Amino acid sequence: MASESIAIEARHNPLSVVYEWLGTADHKKIGLMYIVYALVFLVIVGVEAILMRIQLAHADATFLSPQVFNRLFTLHGTTGVFFVAMPILFGFGNYLVPLMIGARDMAFPRLNAFSFWMTAIGGFFLYASFFAGSGFAHAGDAPDFGWFAYAPLTSHTFSPTHSADFWNISLLLAGIGSIGGAVNMIATVISMRCPGMTLNRMPLFAWMNLVMGGLVLVTISPLTAAQLMLLFDRFLGSHFFDVAAGGSVVMWMHFFWIFGHPEVYVLIIPSFGFVSEIIPVFSRKAMFGYPAMVAASVGIGFVSLGVWAHHMFTVGMPSYGNAFFVLTTMLVAVPTGIKIFNWLATLWGGKIRFSTPMLFCAGFLFQFLIAGLTGVMLATAPFDWQLSASYFVVAHFHYVIVGGILFTIFAAFYYWYPKMTGRMLSETLGKWHFWIFVIGFHLTFDFMHVPGLMGMPRRVYTYELDRGWQIWNQISSIGAVFQAIGILIFVYNLIQSYFAGAVAGNDPWDAWTLEWATTSPPPEYNFASIPAVRSRRPLWDLKHSDDPDWKYE
Amino acid sequence: MSTISQPLAPGETVWTLPPRGRVAMLSLIVAESAIFTIFVAAYIFYLGKSVSGPAPRDILSVPVFATICLLSSSVTMHAAIAALREGRTGVFNLFWIATFVLGAIFIVSTAREWRHLIYDEGFTIQTNLFGSTFYSLVGLHASHVIVGLTALAIVAILGLAGKIRAEHSERCEVISLYWHFVDAVWVVVFSVVYLIGR
Repeated sequence: MASESIAIEARHNPLSVVYEWLGTADHKKIGLMYIVYALVFLVIVGVEAILMRIQLAHADATFLSPQVFNRLFTLHGTTGVFFVAMPILFGFGNYLVPLMIGARDMAFPRLNAFSFWMTAIGGFFLYASFFAGSGFAHAGDAPDFGWFAYAPLTSHTFSPTHSADFWNISLLLAGIGSIGGAVNMIATVISMRCPGMTLNRMPLFAWMNLVMGGLVLVTISPLTAAQLMLLFDRFLGSHFFDVAAGGSVVMWMHFFWIFGHPEVYVLIIPSFGFVSEIIPVFSRKAMFGYPAMVAASVGIGFVSLGVWAHHMFTVGMPSYGNAFFVLTTMLVAVPTGIKIFNWLATLWGGKIRFSTPMLFCAGFLFQFLIAGLTGVMLATAPFDWQLSASYFVVAHFHYVIVGGILFTIFAAFYYWYPKMTGRMLSETLGKWHFWIFVIGFHLTFDFMHVPGLMGMPRRVYTYELDRGWQIWNQISSIGAVFQAIGILIFVYNLIQSYFAGAVAGNDPWDAWTLEWATTSPPPEYNFASIPAVRSRRPLWDLKHSDDPDWKYE
Repeated sequence: MSTISQPLAPGETVWTLPPRGRVAMLSLIVAESAIFTIFVAAYIFYLGKSVSGPAPRDILSVPVFATICLLSSSVTMHAAIAALREGRTGVFNLFWIATFVLGAIFIVSTAREWRHLIYDEGFTIQTNLFGSTFYSLVGLHASHVIVGLTALAIVAILGLAGKIRAEHSERCEVISLYWHFVDAVWVVVFSVVYLIGR
């Protein structure tokens, strides 16, 4: 215990603190930088959403111009996927996985720092477009072709300024960061586990990060390849997506969605990891069906590689192509169902504590189920022909990303904030955050399905009154205000609790994985002596040496 | 701090895991393979779709000698690593430098091919769809060869300075994995561009 105060010295000079963070290769500091960086972009994404919801709250509104609206939904989508969801999940993975597997750092600490800074520069570069998109003299331009950037909108004809280049290079940089992060994560999980931590005993969150890392390797790389082609098209005058020279715009769609669909699983699989850590602890039971959980996640990873063209049913494919992608997409529901039943079985008969992390996980279970069901609906090609590119689709994937992923991220914050800062987040504010956000979420996205079914296309900047869409859009916009209030409470809670929260201690939740064995926050070297484990719940074994888990595994 | 160690289970007292360098390089190779897959797919899909000439048959000649050099460099690389494991550093240096030379011959040959295509034939990345896919795919591979040659050169210099010993064989093997990958990719690129596509 005594040796752990060494790292706290030498923090008097504020400049040295800045230098310490900018130059760090410590996985915990890098993890926190990922998280804080993503939180800043979360607020930016929220502001963009609110602006669009104000515009859509009234028929024939003129709050935003069509040009600005296009830029907003492009930045909202790109930022949300690449600079909120990805870095926040990488951040938690970076912070937690070495602690959970009993390691002192990631396998390659400097590669880790490199990956973070590539991602970070990517995000700043995207927004630099606002200042330099059409040259400094005509500042104030941003990409406006939607987050999947279908050709030929990215060609010089339709994107004459540099805004498309900012988008292009920003994602190239972030992609290099993601691949570096994934390589590091895989090497860490495979090669850095403490003695006794077999793959079969590894916390599910570490398992999910391993699967996510593998998926990143084979999904982000195709995006990088496609971005390179776009780069060549725009800077060197090649013809990959140039129809006049025989190029194909459908190729871009394929390449983009070969990345784009597994990307959703890149995001949701670590979220599964959060839920699989939190639900057992707050049910006071060991995870039900651990091997099935692992198998289902690996299965989802594999199946997700063969579903991309369900984004392209309306493009027109042979009936065999349609049938293949319908069936593979529906197949995803099988392993996903296994996971949901395993979580329910873990809850079943448990001594459930509804603390804030558990509340968010409960919300996740309901919402993710509904998101999956609308997913199965959209997987049916004829149904998709009717509703592709409508607000039904927008409602569906926000159900996944907000109702699924973001809820688990909030759960993760309430659960691990004590470990990261040494202070508890306020439960009262947490409950306010949860209920206000849950109300806002359902107001916005439940009712967003309806105008979609009525035929409202996505990405329209306004609509006419006689379509009957206004009331539904107004409800959605009111919900957005609730969500914004929820986020503000959350941010306030993060800041307030950092200074005035209750002191957490090592293990405030009476949990079982290794990160709770060290101090909060952990020392730079994580563990004074490298732990050794004999079961999936090493801290249970420690606390109940009369009845350890390894007798039963 | 109370210890968090549990007594290890019987039979688990020896705890070895795969070396992290090799795991990371294999992961990187998976990622790189995905990138090459997309470029190869684009190349095949766009074969014969150019609206104007020239076509591959008109201007490409098969780089037999360069291919032989690159593929044999995998053999010399293997011999170098085998020698290093046994601590025969002199043999290691010899084979390692031979690998570098063979790789360098390949890249020079590619450079001469491109020079011929650009200056004599007037064929560039802008000429047609074939030009776009050809220069991107072959260029992507060539850039990987250059990265590999850089790594080879650094190790070669260290080796000549007598700094590479048997205990570095694991690290050199990581480089060799990358080099073998670059060679294997050339088998695919060569088949697609010069055999099937021509």
